[in-house]
Amino acid sequence: MALLQISEPGQAPDPHQRRIAVGIDLGTTHSLVASVRNGVAECLPDHDGHVILPSVVRYLPGQGRQIGYEAVNAAATDPQNTIASVKRFMGRSLKDVVNADKLPYVFVNKDQGMLSLQTVQGEKSPVEVSAEILATLRFRAEDTFNDDVYGAVITVPAYFDDAQRQATKDAAQLAGLNVLRLINEPTAAAIAYGLDNASEGVYAVFDLGGGTFDISILRLTRGVFEVMATGGDSALGGDDYDEALAQCLLMQKGAHAITPQDKTLLKAAARQAKEELTLQSEVSLNVDLSAHSLTASISRAEFEAATSALTLRCMSAVRKALRDAQLSKNEIQGVVMVGGSTRMPQIQSAVANFFDKAPLNNLNPDEVVALGAAIQANQLAGNDNSGDLLLLDVIPLSLGIETMGGLSERIIPRNQTIPTAMAQDFTTYKDGQTALALHVVQGERDLVQDCRSLARFELRGIPPMAAGAARIRVTFTVDADGLLSVAAKEQISGVEAQIDVKPSYGLSDDQIATMLKESFTTAEVDMKSRAIVEARVDGERMLLATQSALNADGDLLTANERAQIEQLMQSLRQAVMTERDAQALENVTTELAKGTEAFAAERMNHSIQKALSGQNIQSL
Amino acid sequence: MWLRRIIPRLISLQANDFELFGMPIQFSMKRDALDVRWKELQREVHPDRFAVEGAAAQRIAMQWSVRINEAYQRLKDPVKRAAYLCELHGAPVNAENNTAMPAVFLMQQMTWRETLDETQTQAELETLLSEVQMTHQQALIDMAQAIDDARDYNLAVGQVRALMFIDRFASEVRHKLDVLLD
Repeated sequence: MALLQISEPGQAPDPHQRRIAVGIDLGTTHSLVASVRNGVAECLPDHDGHVILPSVVRYLPGQGRQIGYEAVNAAATDPQNTIASVKRFMGRSLKDVVNADKLPYVFVNKDQGMLSLQTVQGEKSPVEVSAEILATLRFRAEDTFNDDVYGAVITVPAYFDDAQRQATKDAAQLAGLNVLRLINEPTAAAIAYGLDNASEGVYAVFDLGGGTFDISILRLTRGVFEVMATGGDSALGGDDYDEALAQCLLMQKGAHAITPQDKTLLKAAARQAKEELTLQSEVSLNVDLSAHSLTASISRAEFEAATSALTLRCMSAVRKALRDAQLSKNEIQGVVMVGGSTRMPQIQSAVANFFDKAPLNNLNPDEVVALGAAIQANQLAGNDNSGDLLLLDVIPLSLGIETMGGLSERIIPRNQTIPTAMAQDFTTYKDGQTALALHVVQGERDLVQDCRSLARFELRGIPPMAAGAARIRVTFTVDADGLLSVAAKEQISGVEAQIDVKPSYGLSDDQIATMLKESFTTAEVDMKSRAIVEARVDGERMLLATQSALNADGDLLTANERAQIEQLMQSLRQAVMTERDAQALENVTTELAKGTEAFAAERMNHSIQKALSGQNIQSL
Repeated sequence: MWLRRIIPRLISLQANDFELFGMPIQFSMKRDALDVRWKELQREVHPDRFAVEGAAAQRIAMQWSVRINEAYQRLKDPVKRAAYLCELHGAPVNAENNTAMPAVFLMQQMTWRETLDETQTQAELETLLSEVQMTHQQALIDMAQAIDDARDYNLAVGQVRALMFIDRFASEVRHKLDVLLD
C-alpha cells in the first residue's frame, strides 16, 4: 500500500481494525512468539501450554517433519535428520562453522558459499530449517487470535552481520511473514525492561544465549532507546559451554565419542550437568556411548575452569563495547541479563565483579527478548496510540570495500546510527580502464581476507580516461533493518551500478517464490481460494486508502494527475468485483499503487516538512 | 480547477546541517541540546513511524532519517563541525592535499610519537593521553575564538588540520592502551 494515511503516525485509522502484530525471538536453542494483548506483552503458549519452542526440526522419511519438543526427543536416535542450533549456520559457509566435525550433521557446500544440510528429505538450507520454526510460531499466533498475522518483528543478535540478517529475513519471508522490522536482541530486551521500569540513564544489556553473545550499551531517555555501542561474538554461547564440558569429560576419562549418536548423547548430558551446576556444587552423570559407558562426577569449580576461556571472551567484548561507547564502567547504571546462559554462576559473578554491582535479573531471561519485540511490533503496526517509543540502533560491524593490495577501506564505521548512508570516492589505477570490480566486505580487520565477503559486483562502461581521472562514488546505504545496499556511480560519465547485497549469501526473490510453493503443502488450506480472498481484501484496502488520501490532500495534485488516479481506481473497483484470478487482481492493485507513488511521496514530504518546521518554531 | 497548495518550505533535504537542526551557524554548541534535538527530529522522520505506510513512504522517511543522522554525525564531532563551517564559508579544508603544518607543531608531533614508541606501561600511556587531550581541549577553545569571534576561516582551516593530527595521534595512543589492557 503506497498511500499515506493522514492520521497521526503510529495511530490505526480505525480502532476496530487492530492488526495482529507479533514479536518473534528466533533463538539458537529455543524460539518464542509474543504479542501485545490488552496493553500487555505476553508470550503465546502452544496447545500444551509451552511458550518455549525448541529450535529443533526433524525431517522424517517422506514428507513429514517434527518441530520443537517432539524433535528434541528424537535427537539422540536420529541425529542426522534432527537439526538443532540451525541459527549458527544462517548466512554461513562451511568454512565458517567451527567444530563441524564434532556435529552429527552431513554438510553440503553450496555454490555462492552457502552451506546446506543433507537430510532424509534431501538438502535443506539453514534458511528453510529456520522458516519451519518461524511458520510454526506464526501458526501458533494465528490459532491464538483466530486471525491472520499482519506483521512480525524478528530479533537477531546485535552482532549478526549482513549475510546473517539477510538470511533471517529470507526465512521469515519463506514462512509467509510480513517482516515489519528486524531488531537486535539486546535492544528488544531493553524495551521490555525499560517500559516495565521506566528507567532512564545508560544501561548495558548482557545477552548470552545458546549460540550467540551480544553486549549492547544503551542510553534511555524519554522513550528513546539509543544504542551507543554494540559488540559481541556471533559464535559464542551456552552451546560452547556444553561442548567445552563434554570435551573436558572425555579428556578426564580418556574416552571417545565416535558416532553421531555418541556426540548427541554426550552433549545432552553435558548440558544437563551444566544446568544442574547452577544450583548444585557437584553433579554426576552417566552416558552410554557406543563403545562403553561413561560415568563421571564434576564440580562447579571444574566446570568453571574448563570454560574460563569462554567467560574471558565475553568480558573482553564487554570492555571493547565500553571503549566504543567512550564510557567507563562506573557510568553504567545497571546491567540487564538476558539469555538462559546468564544463569550460570560464573557469568553472574564475572559481570558483578567487572561492573562492581549486582546484575539485574528480574525479568525471565528466556522471554524478555520476545516480549520487547512484541512491544515494538505493536507500535510499528500502528496499534499503539501513544507512539512514544523510538529505537535508534546502530550497525554492529564496519562496512568497507576492497582496495589495492587486499586492504579494506572502511566506508561505514561500526556503531553508526542507522539508517545511514555514506559515500566515498575511488578512482581507476590504469589508463583507459573501463570497468571496476567492487568487493564489499564487513568486519574490523584491515585485510580483506580477514573480513566477511558480502558481495562482488562490477561497474562497467566507464569512458576511457587516464589513470586516476575517473571519480567513482560508492554509496553504502544501511536501512532500519540493518541491511546494506550499495550503489556506484562514475561522476563524470554518470555510469551507474546498483545492487542489494544479496548475491553472496541471500536468496533471490525467485528462489523464495519457488520454495514457498514447494513448502507448507501440509497446511490444509486451499491456497487458491485463499489467494483470491486476500487479493480482494488488499484491493479494497488500497481503494480506501487512496480515497482518504485524495480527500485529505487532493489539492496537491493537478487536475490531470487526479484524473489519472481516479481512472486507476475505477479499474480496480471493477476488478475487485469481477476478477477471479488472484494474480490478475494483484496486478491491478499494483497498478494503482504505482500510479499513486509520486502522490504518496509528495504527501510524505509535506507532512515531514510540516512536522520539522513546527519543531523549529517551537524551539526558537 | 485544481490548484497546487503552497506550503512554505522552511526545511528541505538541501538545508545545511545547522538549519536542519534549527541551530545557530557557529562553532560553539551545547552537546546536550544537540542530542535532544536529534532525537526530536528522528521522532518525526524515522522509518519506524511509517512502517505501515508502504514502500514510497518508507523511502522518503529513510531519506530524511539518513540526512538527519548525517548532519548529527557532523555536528556532534567538533573537528567535523569546524571543517563544515569552514567549507560553508568558502574555505575548504582539503585535508588530503594540504598537509603543510607549522614547524613548531610538527616538532611537538615528533616528540609525542617518540614518547609513544618508548612508552610501555599503562600509567605512562595514560599520562601521554591526558597531555594530548589537554592540547585537544585548548585547540577547541582556539577554534571557537577563530570561528565565532574573529570569523577568520583561513586561520580555522589550519586549526582543523592540526586537530586532525592531534585526534589521529590520540586514537593511536588509545589503541596501544587497548592492546595493553586486553
